[in-house]
Amino acid sequence: MERFDRLRGAVPARPHDARAIAALAANPGCGRRAVMDAAGIDKDATATHLGFPAPFGRSPFAITRGNAFEALVKDSGCAELLRLLRELLGLPIPLAAYTDLGDIGGNPSAHLRHAHTLKLIDRAARDDDEAGTLYDHPLLRLEIAGHTSYLEPDVVAFRLAGRFHIVEIKSFAIVDGQAEPDKVAAAARQAAVYVLALRNMLAELGHDPARVSHEVVLVCPENFANRPAGTLLDVRRELAVLRRQLSRMAKVGAIADTLPEDLTFDLAPDADGVPTRPVSELREAVGAVGARYAPECLSTCDLCFFCRDEAAAEGSTELLGRQVRDALGGVATVSEALGLADGTLTPGEGQEEIARLLRLADGIYGVYAEAG
Amino acid sequence: MSTLAALARLRAVRTGTAQRLATVRHCHLSERPMVFIPLRLAGEAAAPLAAMAGTDPGHPHLLVVPQPRDRDLRFAFAAELAQIVLPYVEGFLKETETVERRGAEPYERCADAPQLLVPNRAALAFTLLLGRSTRFRRAEGPHAVHPSVPVLGRWLTFFAQRARHPGSALLPAVTEALSLHWATGQSALEDANLASLVGWIDPPPGTTGAEAAREAEDPLVWPPAGPATDPGFDAEVLAPAIRAYEEAPGDRATARVAEAVRTQLDPTWRLMWRAVDLLRGLPEGRGASARWELDRGSFTAFAEQVAEGGPPQPKHDGAVPAASRLARMERAQASYDAQRAYDDPLLMAAYRLTGEAFTGTVVASDPANAEGEGRGRKLRPLVTVRTGDPVRLAAGAKLGTPERRGQQAEVVEVDGELVTLKIVKGMGRGKVATPGAVPESGDQVCYAALSDEYQPPASLPASEETPWTHGGPPPEYVPSPEDDQEEWS
Repeated sequence: MERFDRLRGAVPARPHDARAIAALAANPGCGRRAVMDAAGIDKDATATHLGFPAPFGRSPFAITRGNAFEALVKDSGCAELLRLLRELLGLPIPLAAYTDLGDIGGNPSAHLRHAHTLKLIDRAARDDDEAGTLYDHPLLRLEIAGHTSYLEPDVVAFRLAGRFHIVEIKSFAIVDGQAEPDKVAAAARQAAVYVLALRNMLAELGHDPARVSHEVVLVCPENFANRPAGTLLDVRRELAVLRRQLSRMAKVGAIADTLPEDLTFDLAPDADGVPTRPVSELREAVGAVGARYAPECLSTCDLCFFCRDEAAAEGSTELLGRQVRDALGGVATVSEALGLADGTLTPGEGQEEIARLLRLADGIYGVYAEAG
Repeated sequence: MSTLAALARLRAVRTGTAQRLATVRHCHLSERPMVFIPLRLAGEAAAPLAAMAGTDPGHPHLLVVPQPRDRDLRFAFAAELAQIVLPYVEGFLKETETVERRGAEPYERCADAPQLLVPNRAALAFTLLLGRSTRFRRAEGPHAVHPSVPVLGRWLTFFAQRARHPGSALLPAVTEALSLHWATGQSALEDANLASLVGWIDPPPGTTGAEAAREAEDPLVWPPAGPATDPGFDAEVLAPAIRAYEEAPGDRATARVAEAVRTQLDPTWRLMWRAVDLLRGLPEGRGASARWELDRGSFTAFAEQVAEGGPPQPKHDGAVPAASRLARMERAQASYDAQRAYDDPLLMAAYRLTGEAFTGTVVASDPANAEGEGRGRKLRPLVTVRTGDPVRLAAGAKLGTPERRGQQAEVVEVDGELVTLKIVKGMGRGKVATPGAVPESGDQVCYAALSDEYQPPASLPASEETPWTHGGPPPEYVPSPEDDQEEWS
């Protein structure tokens, strides 16, 4: 633990959201991301200080729309949400109590809030009455690569007759039963993180984890109106992927142990929060933990531009995407692949086949493309 | 991705400029295309914010919705867009040609067709949504819209659905068209950024493609090509302008929003025409013209439907139309792939690398070889080719060749570097082969196991006879008041 505190410096750890975890599972081989996330480092601030600000921003229009839609769904004790749940689950839900787990007064620590969630969920799991209960803002916990992360999901857990459903509210539209596949996939990955965390919580409390349904309720605006519509989304596949990747993920502690004792990503902010750490020093520190860049990082990780620049400097073929890398049979650098293609490099063991293909391709390319 | 395309990307990394992936242009490019760049309000499914459209690079039309959440303003936008798009589309209906068919009545086909160019795939998806949100509207009743709005909706839907058809060029996404012909030194994901892609292909003087592409990622220099706008622009420029309109609607406030979005659209407008020039620089492949003919046919048929007052395209395909659409698209994909390879040695190369095609020199030729007796006697010339390509073809595999498109050959034997094949189709009825019909010793030839033959359409029941296993006959479309009322907010 002290280890990670030292890596982070004198600022509080950033909480994880499920989006970060879902993204982490998308690139489990990236040690840099694993270490920085485990230490709760503000990657956005780090990237900005390095001179590679993250390309993400959310439009105020999107934020307003998202909030308005969520407010609409949760209005009057989640009246709309209840209507959807009745339709979707085909249950006669006369009434449902609404409990905001985030509301326990003051500004309690994540630990305290988690304990509160734990207590109420335990009671809910024992209760077996027919009335449903909606739990808003539960604070869940997930073990990621040997390190515990608190999850602050913007999500509702719905309990009825001893079963729990995760409800995810998203503001992208479902038009004629179809939505943008990328967005649905992202929502499913995120929901899977919550399902897993809630299942772990039940198991920890001695209840049957299977009482958390693998079917999550996705609530989105329907067609071009603001009217919410619900869909059941089966996240079993995402759950399996997530579990496998979490277990496979290199133990962060093991990576951290190989790092120099005095390594830190501290930005050394002054009284106004402005970083004072020399950039070259920070660059060296970040470079000390190996990354695994892929173009997909460009849509998920704050450090993407920094890592891309690094990969470009190394001439890595990762830069061109998985498809190219696959077509190159995993040859690691651009110069190596080009060397194999023009014959200036002798293929190593296991490279004979790809070298032969590259030689042939190079010959053909020279004939037609350069003439044309 | 083929090894060849991967190699081209590596070469692009090394040289800092995009590398050619094709020797000819594989998509038809109209002499008078219409560029259409839509922008959407962030967070909304299909709320148009603005659009730039037109056929003259020097005179774009700018359309703007000063308050994108206002339903009436949206339909005013749709009506205004209809005034630009519909005359352009309908202009192509005037001139037709008569197409003769063997064994069927001749029919009329438009001599040319409209071509809408959008920047990227996301713009295609948005065009489809724009069509969906307007085609069911009606010009009468309590929610009446301008009569041109539902017509525009049908056309946009037609274009966007046709864009899914492999090889169609009625509504190409320019990033996709460019990526077909050039490989950049970045990932396919990054190629979706039009400015960055054009930067690689045609960097400004004194800059490498790689540098130009990096610069293109700065939204302050090169605003996104839409439909999504830059969040920073939304927060700092657009939001205050829209707020000003809300507080005091009027021409001045509208002009302010218009000027704001113009700054975002102008650079993309110029990029689109630069992309058109880049594509025009390539000679058009034979197959591209043939596929454009199909596009013209499809355009003509749809125009007839609109003229006859047919119903708008349904929200969901019925079982029979869906199955037939899928079958059509599969056939189109196969023939699109084959045509491009036969048109372009660089694309054929990908099949040579996988062993499905080969080039080489003819070492032996027996043009007089025949099979059968008497009246059943058929010319089946034998040709042996020496090749250095890694051939992976079995005896009996059907082959075509770019040099003699009407012929079909069959592999007889592959023995090391020697491939013997038999020409089985396209030899005519003569007793001897016409001179030049059979390759001779010393000729360079190319053969590929790719077929661009006509395949009859799948035989499917009529829509009214949809079997119960597939839900039975679909209900007939009746315009419902619900369609009119459907909010567009």
